[in-house]
Amino acid sequence: MNREDFPMLSKDIIYFDNGATTFKPSCVIDAINYYYKDITANAHRGDYDISYKVDIAYEGARKKVADFINASREEVVFTSGATESLNMIVNGFFAHILEPGDEVLITLSEHASNVLPWFRLAHTHGIKVNYIELDSNLHITMNNVMKAITPSTKVISIAGITNVVGDERPVKEIAQYAHSNNIFLVVDGAQSVPHMKCDVKDIDCDFLAFSAHKMCGPTGVGVLYGKKELLEELDPIKMGGGMNESFDSVEEVYLKELPIRLEAGTQNIEGVIGLSAAIDYLNKLGMDNIKLYEIRLKKYLISKLKDIPHINVLNEECDSGIVAFNVDGVFPQDVAYYLNKYHICVRAGNHCAKILKNAIGVKNTVRVSLYFYNTEAEIDKLIELLSDKNRIVREMI
Amino acid sequence: MDSNDKREIILDNYSHPFNKSVDNVDGYVKVNSNNESCIDNIDLYIKFNGNILEDIRFSGEACAISTASTSIMIKNMMGKSIDEVLLYIRNFEAMLNEEEYEDIDFNEAVVFDETYKQGNRKTCVTLPYRGIERAIVEYQKTMK
Repeated sequence: MNREDFPMLSKDIIYFDNGATTFKPSCVIDAINYYYKDITANAHRGDYDISYKVDIAYEGARKKVADFINASREEVVFTSGATESLNMIVNGFFAHILEPGDEVLITLSEHASNVLPWFRLAHTHGIKVNYIELDSNLHITMNNVMKAITPSTKVISIAGITNVVGDERPVKEIAQYAHSNNIFLVVDGAQSVPHMKCDVKDIDCDFLAFSAHKMCGPTGVGVLYGKKELLEELDPIKMGGGMNESFDSVEEVYLKELPIRLEAGTQNIEGVIGLSAAIDYLNKLGMDNIKLYEIRLKKYLISKLKDIPHINVLNEECDSGIVAFNVDGVFPQDVAYYLNKYHICVRAGNHCAKILKNAIGVKNTVRVSLYFYNTEAEIDKLIELLSDKNRIVREMI
Repeated sequence: MDSNDKREIILDNYSHPFNKSVDNVDGYVKVNSNNESCIDNIDLYIKFNGNILEDIRFSGEACAISTASTSIMIKNMMGKSIDEVLLYIRNFEAMLNEEEYEDIDFNEAVVFDETYKQGNRKTCVTLPYRGIERAIVEYQKTMK
Protein backbone atom coordinates (compact mmCIF):
# COMPACT_ATOMS: atom_id res chain seq x y z
CA MET A 1 0.00 0.00 0.00
CA ASN A 2 1.12 3.55 -0.82
CA ARG A 3 4.77 2.74 -1.35
CA GLU A 4 5.28 5.81 -3.49
CA ASP A 5 4.81 8.01 -0.41
CA PHE A 6 8.03 6.76 1.19
CA PRO A 7 11.39 8.10 -0.04
CA MET A 8 13.21 5.21 1.67
CA LEU A 9 11.28 2.73 -0.44
CA SER A 10 12.70 4.19 -3.63
CA LYS A 11 16.04 2.74 -2.59
CA ASP A 12 16.97 -0.83 -3.23
CA ILE A 13 15.90 -1.97 0.24
CA ILE A 14 13.42 -4.49 1.57
CA TYR A 15 12.59 -3.30 5.04
CA PHE A 16 11.23 -5.90 7.44
CA ASP A 17 12.20 -4.27 10.74
CA ASN A 18 9.11 -2.20 11.37
CA GLY A 19 8.91 -3.38 14.96
CA ALA A 20 12.11 -1.42 15.54
CA THR A 21 11.10 1.67 13.62
CA THR A 22 9.16 2.55 10.49
CA PHE A 23 9.93 4.55 7.38
CA LYS A 24 8.48 8.04 7.12
CA PRO A 25 6.17 9.24 4.34
CA SER A 26 7.06 12.52 2.61
CA CYS A 27 4.19 14.32 4.34
CA VAL A 28 5.80 13.69 7.74
CA ILE A 29 9.21 14.83 6.54
CA ASP A 30 7.59 17.89 4.97
CA ALA A 31 5.79 18.74 8.21
CA ILE A 32 9.08 18.66 10.13
CA ASN A 33 10.73 20.78 7.46
CA TYR A 34 7.82 23.21 7.61
CA TYR A 35 8.47 23.76 11.30
CA TYR A 36 12.15 24.44 10.74
CA LYS A 37 11.85 26.39 7.51
CA ASP A 38 8.72 28.41 8.14
CA ILE A 39 7.64 28.63 11.75
CA THR A 40 10.61 27.95 14.03
CA ALA A 41 9.74 29.31 17.48
CA ASN A 42 9.09 27.92 20.91
CA ALA A 43 5.63 26.78 21.96
CA HIS A 44 3.54 28.44 24.67
CA ARG A 45 6.01 31.31 24.93
CA GLY A 46 5.91 34.07 22.38
CA ASP A 47 3.60 36.93 21.55
CA TYR A 48 4.36 36.89 17.88
CA ASP A 49 2.91 35.24 14.80
CA ILE A 50 5.26 32.32 14.29
CA SER A 51 5.11 31.31 17.94
CA TYR A 52 1.33 31.43 17.74
CA LYS A 53 1.48 29.18 14.70
CA VAL A 54 3.65 26.75 16.64
CA ASP A 55 1.10 26.77 19.48
CA ILE A 56 -1.66 25.98 17.04
CA ALA A 57 0.37 23.18 15.46
CA TYR A 58 1.51 21.74 18.82
CA GLU A 59 -1.85 21.81 20.54
CA GLY A 60 -3.53 20.75 17.30
CA ALA A 61 -1.30 17.69 17.38
CA ARG A 62 -2.45 16.94 20.90
CA LYS A 63 -6.07 17.08 19.81
CA LYS A 64 -5.26 14.85 16.88
CA VAL A 65 -3.60 12.25 19.11
CA ALA A 66 -6.53 12.47 21.53
CA ASP A 67 -9.01 11.82 18.71
CA PHE A 68 -6.83 9.03 17.34
CA ILE A 69 -7.09 7.07 20.58
CA ASN A 70 -10.46 8.50 21.67
CA ALA A 71 -9.11 10.36 24.69
CA SER A 72 -9.59 13.98 25.69
CA ARG A 73 -6.78 16.44 25.09
CA GLU A 74 -5.78 16.88 28.73
CA GLU A 75 -5.21 13.14 28.93
CA VAL A 76 -2.49 13.23 26.26
CA VAL A 77 1.04 14.00 27.40
CA PHE A 78 3.90 14.20 24.93
CA THR A 79 7.02 12.34 25.98
CA SER A 80 10.20 11.18 24.29
CA GLY A 81 8.65 7.81 23.52
CA ALA A 82 6.96 4.79 25.03
CA THR A 83 9.95 4.15 27.28
CA GLU A 84 9.69 7.55 28.94
CA SER A 85 5.92 7.22 29.15
CA LEU A 86 6.17 3.90 30.98
CA ASN A 87 8.86 5.24 33.30
CA MET A 88 6.64 8.21 34.14
CA ILE A 89 3.71 5.92 34.85
CA VAL A 90 5.78 3.72 37.13
CA ASN A 91 7.85 6.37 38.90
CA GLY A 92 5.44 9.28 38.84
CA PHE A 93 2.28 7.42 39.75
CA PHE A 94 2.70 3.89 41.03
CA ALA A 95 5.81 4.67 43.10
CA HIS A 96 3.54 6.85 45.25
CA ILE A 97 0.61 4.56 45.71
CA LEU A 98 2.07 1.05 45.88
CA GLU A 99 3.04 -0.37 49.25
CA PRO A 100 5.72 -2.96 49.99
CA GLY A 101 4.31 -6.37 49.17
CA ASP A 102 1.90 -5.06 46.54
CA GLU A 103 2.08 -7.06 43.36
CA VAL A 104 2.48 -6.05 39.72
CA LEU A 105 1.72 -8.66 37.06
CA ILE A 106 3.59 -8.62 33.78
CA THR A 107 4.50 -11.45 31.38
CA LEU A 108 7.74 -13.02 30.20
CA SER A 109 7.23 -11.58 26.73
CA GLU A 110 7.27 -7.91 27.72
CA HIS A 111 9.74 -5.44 26.28
CA ALA A 112 12.49 -4.17 28.60
CA SER A 113 10.64 -0.85 28.94
CA ASN A 114 7.75 -2.62 30.61
CA VAL A 115 9.97 -4.80 32.78
CA LEU A 116 12.91 -2.79 34.09
CA PRO A 117 10.97 0.15 35.60
CA TRP A 118 8.96 -2.40 37.61
CA PHE A 119 12.10 -4.32 38.58
CA ARG A 120 13.57 -1.13 39.94
CA LEU A 121 10.40 -0.38 41.88
CA ALA A 122 10.70 -3.85 43.36
CA HIS A 123 14.14 -2.87 44.65
CA THR A 124 13.29 0.60 45.85
CA HIS A 125 9.75 0.07 47.15
CA GLY A 126 9.61 -3.62 47.95
CA ILE A 127 6.82 -4.40 45.50
CA LYS A 128 6.61 -7.86 43.95
CA VAL A 129 6.80 -8.46 40.20
CA ASN A 130 5.10 -11.65 39.12
CA TYR A 131 4.14 -13.15 35.80
CA ILE A 132 0.91 -14.09 34.10
CA GLU A 133 1.60 -17.50 32.62
CA LEU A 134 1.67 -17.74 28.83
CA ASP A 135 -0.06 -20.61 27.05
CA SER A 136 1.66 -22.99 24.62
CA ASN A 137 1.35 -20.35 21.87
CA LEU A 138 2.94 -17.80 24.23
CA HIS A 139 -0.37 -15.94 24.42
CA ILE A 140 -2.22 -14.56 27.44
CA THR A 141 -5.54 -16.20 28.19
CA MET A 142 -8.19 -14.74 30.47
CA ASN A 143 -8.01 -17.92 32.46
CA ASN A 144 -4.32 -17.37 33.14
CA VAL A 145 -4.95 -13.74 34.05
CA MET A 146 -7.53 -14.83 36.61
CA LYS A 147 -5.21 -17.52 37.92
CA ALA A 148 -2.33 -15.09 38.35
CA ILE A 149 -4.25 -12.50 40.33
CA THR A 150 -3.80 -12.62 44.09
CA PRO A 151 -5.15 -10.39 46.86
CA SER A 152 -1.89 -8.41 46.60
CA THR A 153 -2.25 -7.68 42.87
CA LYS A 154 -2.57 -3.95 42.27
CA VAL A 155 -1.39 -3.52 38.68
CA ILE A 156 -1.37 -5.49 35.44
CA SER A 157 1.11 -4.02 32.96
CA ILE A 158 1.24 -5.65 29.54
CA ALA A 159 1.86 -4.90 25.88
CA GLY A 160 -1.17 -4.61 23.61
CA ILE A 161 0.82 -6.58 21.04
CA THR A 162 4.17 -8.09 22.02
CA ASN A 163 7.26 -7.35 20.00
CA VAL A 164 8.56 -10.89 19.54
CA VAL A 165 5.53 -13.16 19.75
CA GLY A 166 3.26 -10.63 18.04
CA ASP A 167 0.17 -11.75 19.94
CA GLU A 168 -2.68 -9.33 20.44
CA ARG A 169 -3.77 -9.33 24.06
CA PRO A 170 -7.43 -9.20 25.08
CA VAL A 171 -6.85 -5.89 26.83
CA LYS A 172 -10.50 -4.92 26.98
CA GLU A 173 -11.50 -8.09 28.81
CA ILE A 174 -8.45 -7.84 31.03
CA ALA A 175 -9.34 -4.24 31.91
CA GLN A 176 -12.85 -5.24 32.83
CA TYR A 177 -11.72 -8.09 35.04
CA ALA A 178 -8.86 -6.06 36.55
CA HIS A 179 -11.14 -3.18 37.46
CA SER A 180 -13.69 -5.46 39.05
CA ASN A 181 -10.82 -6.49 41.35
CA ASN A 182 -9.56 -2.93 41.94
CA ILE A 183 -6.49 -3.52 39.79
CA PHE A 184 -5.00 -0.94 37.42
CA LEU A 185 -4.25 -1.81 33.80
CA VAL A 186 -1.25 -0.28 32.02
CA VAL A 187 -0.97 -0.99 28.29
CA ASP A 188 2.33 -0.72 26.44
CA GLY A 189 0.99 0.24 23.03
CA ALA A 190 4.31 0.58 21.21
CA GLN A 191 3.55 -2.36 18.91
CA SER A 192 -0.25 -2.13 18.86
CA VAL A 193 -1.18 1.54 18.36
CA PRO A 194 0.67 1.76 14.99
CA HIS A 195 -1.10 -1.30 13.62
CA MET A 196 -4.72 -1.27 14.76
CA LYS A 197 -7.50 0.96 15.92
CA CYS A 198 -7.01 1.90 19.55
CA ASP A 199 -9.86 3.31 21.61
CA VAL A 200 -8.85 3.93 25.22
CA LYS A 201 -12.45 4.45 26.31
CA ASP A 202 -13.54 1.19 24.80
CA ILE A 203 -10.56 -0.69 26.25
CA ASP A 204 -10.91 1.24 29.49
CA CYS A 205 -7.17 0.97 30.24
CA ASP A 206 -5.84 3.29 32.92
CA PHE A 207 -2.63 4.18 31.13
CA LEU A 208 -1.32 3.71 27.60
CA ALA A 209 2.18 4.38 26.23
CA PHE A 210 3.33 4.52 22.61
CA SER A 211 6.02 5.94 20.32
CA ALA A 212 5.66 8.02 17.16
CA HIS A 213 8.53 6.48 15.25
CA LYS A 214 6.89 3.07 15.05
CA MET A 215 3.87 4.63 13.31
CA CYS A 216 5.51 6.60 10.49
CA GLY A 217 6.36 9.52 12.78
CA PRO A 218 9.72 10.87 13.88
CA THR A 219 11.99 9.45 16.57
CA GLY A 220 12.23 11.01 20.01
CA VAL A 221 8.55 11.63 20.57
CA GLY A 222 5.80 9.56 22.07
CA VAL A 223 2.64 9.68 24.09
CA LEU A 224 1.56 8.99 27.62
CA TYR A 225 -2.18 8.59 27.94
CA GLY A 226 -3.72 8.39 31.39
CA LYS A 227 -7.27 8.73 32.66
CA LYS A 228 -7.59 12.32 33.79
CA GLU A 229 -8.21 11.55 37.44
CA LEU A 230 -5.08 9.38 37.49
CA LEU A 231 -2.88 11.83 35.61
CA GLU A 232 -3.87 14.42 38.20
CA GLU A 233 -2.09 12.23 40.73
CA LEU A 234 0.98 11.63 38.57
CA ASP A 235 3.91 13.58 39.97
CA PRO A 236 6.03 15.32 37.37
CA ILE A 237 9.37 13.53 37.10
CA LYS A 238 10.84 16.66 35.55
CA MET A 239 10.45 20.17 36.93
CA GLY A 240 11.31 23.26 34.97
CA GLY A 241 10.13 25.76 32.41
CA GLY A 242 6.71 25.63 30.86
CA MET A 243 5.10 23.42 33.49
CA ASN A 244 4.96 25.87 36.41
CA GLU A 245 2.34 28.53 37.02
CA SER A 246 4.47 30.54 39.42
CA PHE A 247 7.08 30.11 42.11
CA ASP A 248 8.52 32.38 44.78
CA SER A 249 10.12 30.11 47.30
CA VAL A 250 10.42 26.47 48.26
CA GLU A 251 6.99 26.67 49.84
CA GLU A 252 5.35 28.53 47.02
CA VAL A 253 5.51 26.54 43.80
CA TYR A 254 2.38 26.35 41.69
CA LEU A 255 2.15 24.03 38.73
CA LYS A 256 0.05 24.33 35.59
CA GLU A 257 -2.95 22.24 34.69
CA LEU A 258 -2.75 18.98 32.82
CA PRO A 259 -1.22 18.06 30.49
CA ILE A 260 1.35 20.89 30.33
CA ARG A 261 2.32 20.18 33.93
CA LEU A 262 3.91 16.95 32.78
CA GLU A 263 5.87 18.52 29.90
CA ALA A 264 8.75 20.43 31.50
CA GLY A 265 11.22 22.24 29.29
CA THR A 266 11.04 22.90 25.58
CA GLN A 267 9.43 19.89 24.03
CA ASN A 268 10.29 18.02 20.85
CA ILE A 269 8.19 20.39 18.76
CA GLU A 270 9.31 19.10 15.37
CA GLY A 271 8.55 15.59 16.62
CA VAL A 272 5.07 16.47 17.79
CA ILE A 273 4.32 18.19 14.50
CA GLY A 274 5.69 15.18 12.64
CA LEU A 275 3.54 12.84 14.72
CA SER A 276 0.52 14.93 13.86
CA ALA A 277 1.23 14.50 10.15
CA ALA A 278 1.77 10.77 10.67
CA ILE A 279 -1.65 10.44 12.30
CA ASP A 280 -3.28 12.30 9.41
CA TYR A 281 -1.54 9.91 7.09
CA LEU A 282 -2.58 6.76 8.96
CA ASN A 283 -6.15 8.03 9.29
CA LYS A 284 -6.28 8.51 5.55
CA LEU A 285 -5.20 4.90 5.01
CA GLY A 286 -7.58 3.71 7.71
CA MET A 287 -6.37 1.73 10.71
CA ASP A 288 -8.74 -1.14 9.94
CA ASN A 289 -7.37 -1.37 6.40
CA ILE A 290 -3.83 -1.38 7.73
CA LYS A 291 -4.61 -4.20 10.11
CA LEU A 292 -6.38 -6.32 7.50
CA TYR A 293 -3.58 -5.84 5.01
CA GLU A 294 -0.88 -6.77 7.52
CA ILE A 295 -2.72 -9.87 8.69
CA ARG A 296 -3.10 -11.03 5.10
CA LEU A 297 0.59 -10.44 4.47
CA LYS A 298 1.58 -12.21 7.68
CA LYS A 299 -0.48 -15.27 6.75
CA TYR A 300 1.21 -15.32 3.37
CA LEU A 301 4.66 -15.11 5.00
CA ILE A 302 3.94 -17.87 7.51
CA SER A 303 2.50 -20.20 4.89
CA LYS A 304 5.68 -19.80 2.84
CA LEU A 305 8.04 -20.16 5.80
CA LYS A 306 6.28 -23.34 6.88
CA ASP A 307 7.16 -24.94 3.57
CA ILE A 308 10.86 -24.60 4.29
CA PRO A 309 12.02 -27.61 6.34
CA HIS A 310 15.00 -25.92 7.99
CA ILE A 311 12.93 -23.01 9.30
CA ASN A 312 11.21 -23.06 12.68
CA VAL A 313 8.57 -20.41 13.16
CA LEU A 314 8.21 -19.46 16.79
CA ASN A 315 4.82 -17.78 16.60
CA GLU A 316 2.67 -19.25 13.85
CA GLU A 317 -0.49 -18.21 15.67
CA CYS A 318 0.39 -14.53 16.02
CA ASP A 319 -2.25 -11.88 15.32
CA SER A 320 0.02 -9.21 13.92
CA GLY A 321 2.71 -8.66 11.33
CA ILE A 322 5.47 -9.89 13.63
CA VAL A 323 7.01 -13.25 12.75
CA ALA A 324 9.94 -14.72 14.67
CA PHE A 325 11.84 -17.73 13.36
CA ASN A 326 15.15 -19.54 13.33
CA VAL A 327 17.10 -21.36 10.67
CA ASP A 328 18.23 -24.76 11.97
CA GLY A 329 21.84 -24.63 13.08
CA VAL A 330 22.47 -21.07 11.95
CA PHE A 331 22.98 -18.26 14.43
CA PRO A 332 20.26 -15.61 13.91
CA GLN A 333 22.81 -12.85 13.51
CA ASP A 334 24.34 -14.74 10.60
CA VAL A 335 20.92 -15.07 8.95
CA ALA A 336 20.50 -11.31 9.29
CA TYR A 337 23.95 -10.64 7.82
CA TYR A 338 23.21 -12.97 4.93
CA LEU A 339 19.91 -11.25 4.14
CA ASN A 340 21.60 -7.88 4.44
CA LYS A 341 23.81 -8.83 1.52
CA TYR A 342 20.61 -8.75 -0.51
CA HIS A 343 19.49 -5.48 1.10
CA ILE A 344 16.87 -7.15 3.24
CA CYS A 345 16.63 -5.66 6.71
CA VAL A 346 15.56 -8.03 9.48
CA ARG A 347 16.36 -7.98 13.16
CA ALA A 348 18.29 -10.73 14.91
CA GLY A 349 18.43 -11.04 18.66
CA ASN A 350 16.22 -11.07 21.69
CA HIS A 351 14.46 -7.87 20.63
CA CYS A 352 14.71 -6.37 24.12
CA ALA A 353 12.51 -9.17 25.48
CA LYS A 354 15.32 -10.75 27.45
CA ILE A 355 13.20 -12.73 29.87
CA LEU A 356 11.22 -14.37 27.07
CA LYS A 357 13.92 -17.04 26.77
CA ASN A 358 12.66 -18.39 30.07
CA ALA A 359 9.33 -19.15 28.40
CA ILE A 360 10.46 -20.43 25.04
CA GLY A 361 13.88 -21.88 25.68
CA VAL A 362 15.25 -19.97 22.70
CA LYS A 363 17.40 -16.98 23.43
CA ASN A 364 17.58 -15.36 20.03
CA THR A 365 15.51 -15.31 16.86
CA VAL A 366 15.28 -13.66 13.48
CA ARG A 367 12.33 -11.29 13.42
CA VAL A 368 10.39 -10.04 10.43
CA SER A 369 8.01 -7.24 11.36
CA LEU A 370 5.73 -6.05 8.61
CA TYR A 371 3.96 -2.79 7.87
CA PHE A 372 1.42 -1.76 5.28
CA TYR A 373 4.07 -0.83 2.73
CA ASN A 374 5.51 -4.34 2.57
CA THR A 375 4.42 -6.58 -0.28
CA GLU A 376 4.04 -10.22 -1.24
CA ALA A 377 6.79 -9.72 -3.81
CA GLU A 378 9.17 -8.70 -1.03
CA ILE A 379 8.20 -11.80 0.93
CA ASP A 380 8.80 -13.95 -2.16
CA LYS A 381 12.33 -12.57 -2.37
CA LEU A 382 12.92 -13.36 1.32
CA ILE A 383 11.59 -16.89 0.90
CA GLU A 384 13.75 -17.49 -2.15
CA LEU A 385 16.85 -16.51 -0.13
CA LEU A 386 15.90 -18.60 2.88
CA SER A 387 14.90 -21.73 1.01
CA ASP A 388 18.45 -22.94 0.35
CA LYS A 389 20.26 -23.60 3.61
CA ASN A 390 23.58 -24.38 1.94
CA ARG A 391 23.45 -20.99 0.32
CA ILE A 392 22.83 -19.31 3.69
CA VAL A 393 25.83 -21.06 5.24
CA ARG A 394 27.97 -20.36 2.19
CA GLU A 395 27.13 -16.71 2.01
CA MET A 396 26.62 -15.71 5.62
CA ILE A 397 30.29 -14.75 6.03
CA MET B 1 44.67 -16.05 -0.10
CA ASP B 2 41.51 -16.01 -2.19
CA SER B 3 38.07 -15.48 -0.76
CA ASN B 4 37.14 -19.17 -0.98
CA ASP B 5 40.13 -20.16 1.13
CA LYS B 6 39.26 -17.46 3.62
CA ARG B 7 35.67 -18.70 3.82
CA GLU B 8 36.91 -22.25 4.37
CA ILE B 9 39.12 -21.17 7.28
CA ILE B 10 36.33 -19.11 8.86
CA LEU B 11 33.77 -21.91 8.51
CA ASP B 12 36.22 -24.46 9.83
CA ASN B 13 36.91 -22.37 12.93
CA TYR B 14 33.19 -21.71 13.33
CA SER B 15 32.23 -25.39 13.05
CA HIS B 16 35.14 -26.63 15.14
CA PRO B 17 36.17 -23.75 17.35
CA PHE B 18 39.48 -24.13 19.16
CA ASN B 19 39.33 -24.43 22.95
CA LYS B 20 35.57 -23.85 23.15
CA SER B 21 35.29 -25.69 26.42
CA VAL B 22 35.40 -24.48 29.96
CA ASP B 23 36.17 -27.60 31.94
CA ASN B 24 38.72 -27.08 34.70
CA VAL B 25 39.08 -23.33 34.52
CA ASP B 26 39.80 -22.83 38.20
CA GLY B 27 42.25 -19.99 38.63
CA TYR B 28 41.56 -18.56 35.17
CA VAL B 29 40.68 -14.88 34.71
CA LYS B 30 37.12 -14.76 33.32
CA VAL B 31 35.78 -11.87 31.26
CA ASN B 32 32.58 -11.43 29.30
CA SER B 33 32.61 -9.75 25.93
CA ASN B 34 29.46 -8.75 24.09
CA ASN B 35 28.51 -6.41 21.30
CA GLU B 36 26.08 -3.64 22.08
CA SER B 37 24.57 -3.68 18.64
CA CYS B 38 24.11 -7.42 18.26
CA ILE B 39 23.76 -10.63 20.20
CA ASP B 40 27.32 -11.94 20.18
CA ASN B 41 28.13 -12.88 23.74
CA ILE B 42 31.22 -14.83 24.79
CA ASP B 43 33.04 -15.56 28.01
CA LEU B 44 36.83 -15.81 27.82
CA TYR B 45 38.91 -17.68 30.40
CA ILE B 46 42.62 -16.95 30.54
CA LYS B 47 45.26 -18.70 32.59
CA PHE B 48 48.20 -16.41 33.20
CA ASN B 49 51.60 -17.68 34.21
CA GLY B 50 53.66 -14.66 35.10
CA ASN B 51 53.62 -12.59 31.93
CA ILE B 52 52.50 -15.42 29.70
CA LEU B 53 48.96 -16.25 28.56
CA GLU B 54 49.39 -19.93 29.09
CA ASP B 55 45.90 -21.12 28.26
CA ILE B 56 42.78 -19.45 26.81
CA ARG B 57 39.32 -20.99 26.58
CA PHE B 58 35.89 -19.66 25.73
CA SER B 59 32.17 -20.32 25.87
CA GLY B 60 29.04 -18.52 24.71
CA GLU B 61 27.00 -17.78 21.62
CA ALA B 62 28.15 -15.67 18.75
CA CYS B 63 27.91 -15.35 14.99
CA ALA B 64 30.18 -17.23 12.61
CA ILE B 65 32.64 -14.36 12.30
CA SER B 66 32.90 -13.72 16.03
CA THR B 67 33.24 -17.40 16.83
CA ALA B 68 35.87 -17.96 14.16
CA SER B 69 37.73 -14.83 15.21
CA THR B 70 37.78 -16.02 18.81
CA SER B 71 39.01 -19.46 17.82
CA ILE B 72 41.79 -18.04 15.64
CA MET B 73 42.75 -15.46 18.24
CA ILE B 74 43.12 -18.13 20.90
CA LYS B 75 45.36 -20.23 18.65
CA ASN B 76 47.53 -17.20 17.96
CA MET B 77 47.77 -15.88 21.48
CA MET B 78 48.33 -18.93 23.60
CA GLY B 79 51.88 -18.96 24.90
CA LYS B 80 52.52 -15.30 24.04
CA SER B 81 53.58 -12.70 26.60
CA ILE B 82 51.32 -9.81 27.52
CA ASP B 83 53.49 -7.40 25.54
CA GLU B 84 53.40 -9.63 22.48
CA VAL B 85 49.62 -9.93 22.75
CA LEU B 86 49.14 -6.17 23.01
CA LEU B 87 51.48 -5.60 20.05
CA TYR B 88 49.53 -8.19 18.09
CA ILE B 89 46.19 -6.55 18.87
CA ARG B 90 47.48 -3.10 17.94
CA ASN B 91 48.69 -4.27 14.56
CA PHE B 92 45.75 -6.53 13.87
CA GLU B 93 43.32 -3.70 14.47
CA ALA B 94 45.40 -1.38 12.32
CA MET B 95 45.03 -3.95 9.54
CA LEU B 96 41.26 -4.03 10.06
CA ASN B 97 41.12 -0.24 9.95
CA GLU B 98 43.24 0.01 6.81
CA GLU B 99 45.98 1.79 8.74
CA GLU B 100 49.72 1.11 8.62
CA TYR B 101 50.70 -1.96 10.55
CA GLU B 102 53.75 -4.07 11.31
CA ASP B 103 53.71 -7.28 9.38
CA ILE B 104 53.75 -9.62 12.34
CA ASP B 105 52.54 -13.15 11.85
CA PHE B 106 48.76 -13.14 12.01
CA ASN B 107 48.51 -16.73 10.77
CA GLU B 108 44.88 -17.57 10.01
CA ALA B 109 43.75 -14.15 11.24
CA VAL B 110 44.66 -12.72 7.83
CA VAL B 111 41.28 -14.03 6.68
CA PHE B 112 39.85 -10.86 8.19
CA ASP B 113 42.06 -8.47 6.23
CA GLU B 114 39.15 -7.29 4.12
CA THR B 115 36.65 -6.90 6.90
CA TYR B 116 36.86 -3.13 6.53
CA LYS B 117 34.64 -3.62 3.48
CA GLN B 118 31.80 -4.67 5.79
CA GLY B 119 32.02 -2.14 8.59
CA ASN B 120 29.26 -3.75 10.64
CA ARG B 121 31.29 -6.96 10.95
CA LYS B 122 34.38 -5.30 12.34
CA THR B 123 32.85 -5.40 15.81
CA CYS B 124 32.26 -9.15 15.34
CA VAL B 125 35.93 -9.74 14.54
CA THR B 126 37.24 -7.59 17.37
CA LEU B 127 34.86 -8.90 20.04
CA PRO B 128 37.32 -11.40 21.58
CA TYR B 129 40.16 -8.89 21.45
CA ARG B 130 38.18 -6.49 23.63
CA GLY B 131 37.82 -9.34 26.09
CA ILE B 132 41.53 -10.22 26.12
CA GLU B 133 42.47 -6.59 26.71
CA ARG B 134 40.12 -6.39 29.68
CA ALA B 135 41.39 -9.68 31.07
CA ILE B 136 44.96 -8.36 30.93
CA VAL B 137 43.95 -5.19 32.76
CA GLU B 138 42.18 -7.24 35.43
CA TYR B 139 45.10 -9.62 35.77
CA GLN B 140 47.56 -6.76 36.10
CA LYS B 141 45.41 -5.22 38.83
CA THR B 142 45.66 -8.40 40.87
CA MET B 143 49.44 -8.42 40.43
CA LYS B 144 49.91 -4.96 41.95
